[in-house]
Amino acid sequence: MSLTRKACVAGVYEHPTRFAPDKSMFQIAAESIRGALHDCGLTIKDVDGLAMAGIGMSGMGILGFCDYMNLNPNYVDSTSIGGSSFVAHTAHAAAAIAAGLCEVCVVAFGSTIASYRGPTGAGGGGGDTCDQFEIPFGPTTVGSYAMVAQRHIHEYGTTPEQLAEVAVTMRLHASMNPVAKYRNPITVEDVLASRVISSPLHLLDCCIISDGGGALVITSAERARNLKKKPVYILGTGEAVRHAARGQRDFLDIAAAQSGKLAFERSGVKHADIDMAMIYDSFTITVVSTLENLGFCKPGEGGAFVSGGRLRFDGEFPINTDGGGLSSNHPMMRGMFLVIEATKQLRGECGPRQVKDCRIALVHGTGGSLGLRHSGATLILSNQ
Amino acid sequence: MADQKEKKYLKPLPVIDEETRPWWEALQRHELYVQKCRDCGDLRYHPRAQCTSCLSPRTEWVRCSGRGKVYTFTATYQNQGAGFREALPYIMAWVELDEGVKMLTNLVECRPEEAEIGMPVEVVYEDVTPQVTLAKFRPAR
Repeated sequence: MSLTRKACVAGVYEHPTRFAPDKSMFQIAAESIRGALHDCGLTIKDVDGLAMAGIGMSGMGILGFCDYMNLNPNYVDSTSIGGSSFVAHTAHAAAAIAAGLCEVCVVAFGSTIASYRGPTGAGGGGGDTCDQFEIPFGPTTVGSYAMVAQRHIHEYGTTPEQLAEVAVTMRLHASMNPVAKYRNPITVEDVLASRVISSPLHLLDCCIISDGGGALVITSAERARNLKKKPVYILGTGEAVRHAARGQRDFLDIAAAQSGKLAFERSGVKHADIDMAMIYDSFTITVVSTLENLGFCKPGEGGAFVSGGRLRFDGEFPINTDGGGLSSNHPMMRGMFLVIEATKQLRGECGPRQVKDCRIALVHGTGGSLGLRHSGATLILSNQ
Repeated sequence: MADQKEKKYLKPLPVIDEETRPWWEALQRHELYVQKCRDCGDLRYHPRAQCTSCLSPRTEWVRCSGRGKVYTFTATYQNQGAGFREALPYIMAWVELDEGVKMLTNLVECRPEEAEIGMPVEVVYEDVTPQVTLAKFRPAR
């Protein structure tokens, strides 16, 4: 069964706050749901599906949120695979809608990780079986990605300057986004002069920490036709996981290789058809490695690919026009904002950072730790 | 307790279960093993009860030489976790054992600027508590 154009992103809302010490994470999620329903002209009474994952939500946290919102959905999805969760939720919602399990599914997220001051990228640890062979050695999120960066540099000659270009471009985009957390321009030299967090990654190679949240309304193509905003169709989806593979993994083969291939095959879209992309930028290496694994360039060419302004909103291959996790917001999970910005681009709502003639966008979420265990989820979206 | 005067070990310790206990007990004896499937021959680290290639539960323990090379590494300068913040910077690495599987570990007796990918390393055993010994690696001598 092909999912192509059966379901749409009908409504989106990005919570503008970046610091919310006065709010709870459920409150931010609820305010985001109100915003996304208002965006497309639906009401909470129309919602019969809910997808959610959050920082600090327990395995059954979605039950608590149904209680909080007094929702009685026919379909629930609390898939929790890190920052890519909401990209996967969008795909699952589309499949559920196509299969008749629900008609209007809300994907929601709220986080107060910055104001709560929880341990984020430089924390570590866990209680699962596999963790027992890692936690004694001090793994951090940054460290895990840094080990992939180190290998990438070794294998392909990628330079710290090339990695830094990603951060510089994201900051340029953030300067055009009024709600971005950091908007002052930075240079490659600034990135390289910032302190090393986990070699070879500097502070400015790492995503920021913010509060925030957002919501998406996913519905059938038929239902979306009569709503307030122009529907954004889901053409193809894919998801994948990579891990240590019993000690035999090639760490430059990441989940995007599998999820991207699936999304392209299922959508029938070619790489050359993609007008802009939202690529999870937890770290600069994430972008370089993801672009290679999605097939936008060959393995080892990612460093050159991200250079020379190609990723700028007015460049050959615009990505992360909102400023990304490196500059706009990163409440520990960012997949939500990837779908929101891609949708706004496809609707032509991005003002000074709008990509010209934007018809097809690719979204790729990464969750977990690239050098330990991680997930990848890819969506291909179109306004036609 | 007799060892109360010793410096308290602050870093997280593994929770050892029945499935992985033989591996941790071998480390206490300063022996390093990987597992090999008796049916299909697939090697695996970390230890688990069945082969992930053919699901056979018939497992052979292969004693490792303790030698390998650095597959990748990072020197960590920021970690507020107890035990680690006192140890900054420390080097975390994936080491590829001569037997052919990679394991996450620390490089010790090595400064961050000396570490490099491909560097030959050898195991050192750190008895961190009476119950737990960790396999770490230093530049091969």
